[in-house]
Amino acid sequence: MTAFKNSLGLRAGLLSLLIFVAIVAIWQIATLPTAGTGPALDPEYAKLVGNAAATGTKSSMPTPADIGATIWKHVTDPFYIRGSNDKGIGIQLAYSLGRVLLGFGLAALVAVPLGFLIGMSPLVYRALDPFIQILKPVSPLAWMPLALYTIKDSAISSIFVIFICSIWPMLINTAFGVGSVRKEWLNVARTLEVGPFRTAFKVILPAAAPTIMTGMRISVGIAWLVIVAAEMLVGGTGIGYFVWNEWNNLSIANIVTAILLIGLVGLLLDQGLAYLAKLVTYPE
Amino acid sequence: MENRPLISVEGLARRFGDSNQPAVFENIWFGVDKGEFCCLIGHSGCGKTTILNVLAGLDSPSEGAVIVDNREIDGPSLDRAVIFQGHALLPWLTVMGNIAFAVSSRWPKWDRVRVQDHARRFIELVGLKGAENKRPSQLSGGMKQRVGIARALSIQPKMLLMDEPFSALDALTRGMLQDEVLRICADTNQTVFMITHDVDEAILLADKIVLMTNGPGARIAEIVVNTMPKNERHRNDLHKHPQYYAIRNHLVEFLVNRSRAFDAEIADGGYDPRRLKLVKPGLMSVKLAAVNPPAEVVTLTTGRRQ
Repeated sequence: MTAFKNSLGLRAGLLSLLIFVAIVAIWQIATLPTAGTGPALDPEYAKLVGNAAATGTKSSMPTPADIGATIWKHVTDPFYIRGSNDKGIGIQLAYSLGRVLLGFGLAALVAVPLGFLIGMSPLVYRALDPFIQILKPVSPLAWMPLALYTIKDSAISSIFVIFICSIWPMLINTAFGVGSVRKEWLNVARTLEVGPFRTAFKVILPAAAPTIMTGMRISVGIAWLVIVAAEMLVGGTGIGYFVWNEWNNLSIANIVTAILLIGLVGLLLDQGLAYLAKLVTYPE
Repeated sequence: MENRPLISVEGLARRFGDSNQPAVFENIWFGVDKGEFCCLIGHSGCGKTTILNVLAGLDSPSEGAVIVDNREIDGPSLDRAVIFQGHALLPWLTVMGNIAFAVSSRWPKWDRVRVQDHARRFIELVGLKGAENKRPSQLSGGMKQRVGIARALSIQPKMLLMDEPFSALDALTRGMLQDEVLRICADTNQTVFMITHDVDEAILLADKIVLMTNGPGARIAEIVVNTMPKNERHRNDLHKHPQYYAIRNHLVEFLVNRSRAFDAEIADGGYDPRRLKLVKPGLMSVKLAAVNPPAEVVTLTTGRRQ
């Protein structure tokens, strides 16, 4: 009993479970089939929302059990392909993940060296600051039409949108991290007559690495948010397209499944980068 | 060519901002000979650290120059190792990593094994054997400063520049490290220039103590020669040495009164910044003590009256 009282983790876990059960219970009650005959429905609407709902015996909102069954179906068979509009959820997630990693990787290749330059040179910082300040608050989706027009390829356009949205946090964090490297560390390098490249890689990069990694973590989070919206716009493949397609199919269970999986993948991306950040963090 | 000391500071001045601003210090001339331990003493704000930074090549003077080995310095050099006040270790590297970084900067062609062997020798010299793989965050303040000393010595510089290296340490650790520095410098005949505001530290370590007046417009007032022989300076019985109190009183008197009113003191001439007075208060005391025991010192330490 005292062990239970002392273990915060155990108590928190139990509370989480309780909240989960409560949510499922409320959901279950809310989706109970309504007894008797409901009010007469417009036949057009009945056609649209499906027979079960139209007859009033069952809500079109799936029950927790329906969701569970759907999740199970997707998890056990994630990689099927039955035509261009019906691919397994694993394949759709892989498409999205690939786009995010590609766009994010390209952004890192640009943002880290450029951030280094901005952080080290007050001139470059001042010169680029207006561009960064104006472009940073722009919703990445606003770039989409421009990308579609110039690139003329929807898949590459969505990667470009990821690129443009993940570049800012990394750029700003790298510049900040590089600019705030302790002067005494730089002085150590100077008194040891360390050349500029060795100083950059052996002193500035490790010193700024935790800040750079924080920027990457923010970037990948934003990229994962944006990819769903971008794929809804562009269509074809990806988890965003899947969600939109299932909305058109009015398959709420599939949408809920997708929401849960998007959250799970986002969590894994964040934790992965948090782990990498921990590797380069140093206590002072 | 005239015969210069190893380090020769010639007409140094430093202004911050434009040239109308008063100089922090100006017309600074002094030299440090090879193998000499030289301390610079003065109040904070008189530009001690700036002078050290100029010697290190991290700062450049507004006027004047520093000549080392008959060449004017124009930047940092591996010949002049710096021990920083805040140790300045790279926190993501281990003790070995920090020292190896310096060693491989000094000898870039050395392979890994040779660098590590060399670094290990200096880790042992400062008594940190066994702590090679620790990070700075796992070390105490005194151990960190030992790593800083090992790093500076490992590049085998022509001179060591120390900026109040022990001021952030507790008294016990400070004493131990002072002994260590004294021993290492005696063993290696290292030329040292050190900044301090601790009078006892200066008497214990220095062969020559340069006295600096208060800023702005600070200057070198005079140079005190520590006439206590190196082998008679021990931290525990320093205060029993016949010369100790005379030197100490001279330094304290300077810091308390003369550093403030030095301009008035030299108003009637006789001060030449290029030919500074060499003062030997220690020798005067021996003569005085024979006639007159240092009673005033006793009343200072046991100042309570019934």
